[in-house]
Amino acid sequence: MRLPCPLCGERDHSEFVYRGDANVVRPDAEAPGAQRAFHEFVHLRANPAGWHKEHWYHEMGCRSWIVVERNTLTHEVRGAVTAAEHTLARRPAPVADEGGR
Amino acid sequence: MRYSALSLLVNAFSGQKNWTPVWREPEPKPEYDVVVVGGGGHGLSTAYYLAREFGLANVAVVEKGWLGSGNIGRNTTIVRSNYLLPGNEPFYEFSLKLWEGLEQDLNYNAMFSQRGVLNLFHNDAQRDAYARRGNAMRLEGVDAELLDQAAVRRLCPFLEFNDVRFPIQGGLLQRRAGTARHDAVAWGYARGADSRGVDLIQNCEVTGFLVEGGSIRGVETTRGTIKARKVGVAVAGSTTRVMDKAGLRLPIESHVLQAFVTEGLKPILPGVVSYGLGHFYISQSDKGGLVFGGDIDGYNSYAQRGNLPMVEHVCEIGMAMMPMLGRARILRSWGGVMDMSMDGSPIIDRTPIDGLYLNCGWCYGGFKATPASGYCFAHLIARDQPHEVATAYRLDRFETGHVIDELGHGAQPNLH
Repeated sequence: MRLPCPLCGERDHSEFVYRGDANVVRPDAEAPGAQRAFHEFVHLRANPAGWHKEHWYHEMGCRSWIVVERNTLTHEVRGAVTAAEHTLARRPAPVADEGGR
Repeated sequence: MRYSALSLLVNAFSGQKNWTPVWREPEPKPEYDVVVVGGGGHGLSTAYYLAREFGLANVAVVEKGWLGSGNIGRNTTIVRSNYLLPGNEPFYEFSLKLWEGLEQDLNYNAMFSQRGVLNLFHNDAQRDAYARRGNAMRLEGVDAELLDQAAVRRLCPFLEFNDVRFPIQGGLLQRRAGTARHDAVAWGYARGADSRGVDLIQNCEVTGFLVEGGSIRGVETTRGTIKARKVGVAVAGSTTRVMDKAGLRLPIESHVLQAFVTEGLKPILPGVVSYGLGHFYISQSDKGGLVFGGDIDGYNSYAQRGNLPMVEHVCEIGMAMMPMLGRARILRSWGGVMDMSMDGSPIIDRTPIDGLYLNCGWCYGGFKATPASGYCFAHLIARDQPHEVATAYRLDRFETGHVIDELGHGAQPNLH
């Protein structure tokens, strides 16, 4: 299996370290129900048989965290972005400035 | 029909043509007391013990493929009870005790052979860890012996003792541990369950659960609706896919584990040997093949095949531990999909749906657990109470913090 690192290009997957599901979001520790939310964040997984967005760390290359979209049935890889891009892409659009408050 | 020396002899002289099918192939009935989803080792042993120990014979096992088509036929056949933590050790010892009487109980030759499991250690810290593990085992009444280098040399003179970086200092030996013929275990349980009236229904995929008012009423399958008062799910690597249909999100990831076998060789390995500084374990089948394996591939996978880097890695460790392995030729390698839990320990528990029970999270330790897993799951289903050796295997332990993490790796399934 080869992974398309956004910075280094296509590299053998043995250069990378796997972290896991990239769809879970670290909850706000101050919010009500944080204990339950953290349990879900740390333990519960969608574990799909099919397309899966997952964190890989390019340890033997550029040492970037990346998010790879891979099929868990076929190991087909659809693409990869840096973890920063992935996080920015799913963050809600910034609220309009309320005029120097 | 019971097997005996006489029946083998009679059939040998009649050209082996008069054997009857070992189990029936019934059509599903409209309703059962219990439906067990999954016709692998754990599902079949659950059905067997439901019928034999708990007096429930109106039971069906529904299996998507054929009986024993999953991990029960894909593992490296090792049976042991050398665990450290109190939540695990009594359970695995209960399992080993069931193994010791299994063949007489089933009237089926599972080729269970107590040839010993030896875990090597290579430095002082590891010796301390294994001494602690051995002591924990002995506190539970389980046999464990700490061997020094000379004793390991007597047992396995062919190991690499001169490795400068990872010298073998000794090992922890459990003599009662060993291996079994994995397919025969599935067939023995299937035959035992069938002869006690359990319907084994193959090519029958569960497509949904019938739930009314928070209680289970049965399952929808590709062979029609089957009603049931209780449903138990034991589907290993497919756990998430099946339980999705009940709307449950679980602390499980599916990963692939590879195993390997060489050409048949003359007897050389006295038992199971595992390497302490890299995950590697090896034994020799009665046919002569060296059966070995290592770590899981390390990323989520539902493919029943592995990747080349792990093949190289396992063979490298094998060569480091036992250099003569390099002269053997590998015949086959294969992969099985493991239900890796978030703490490396299994789950045998109720679910939020009344009457729906879950048995999963075996990681890659499920084979040795087959008898006890079935026994304890049957106990839970029949009495609605966990068996005393399986009380720690709760589904909610991740939320409450009562995890059973043998390796101390945390919620990182690819490291367990």
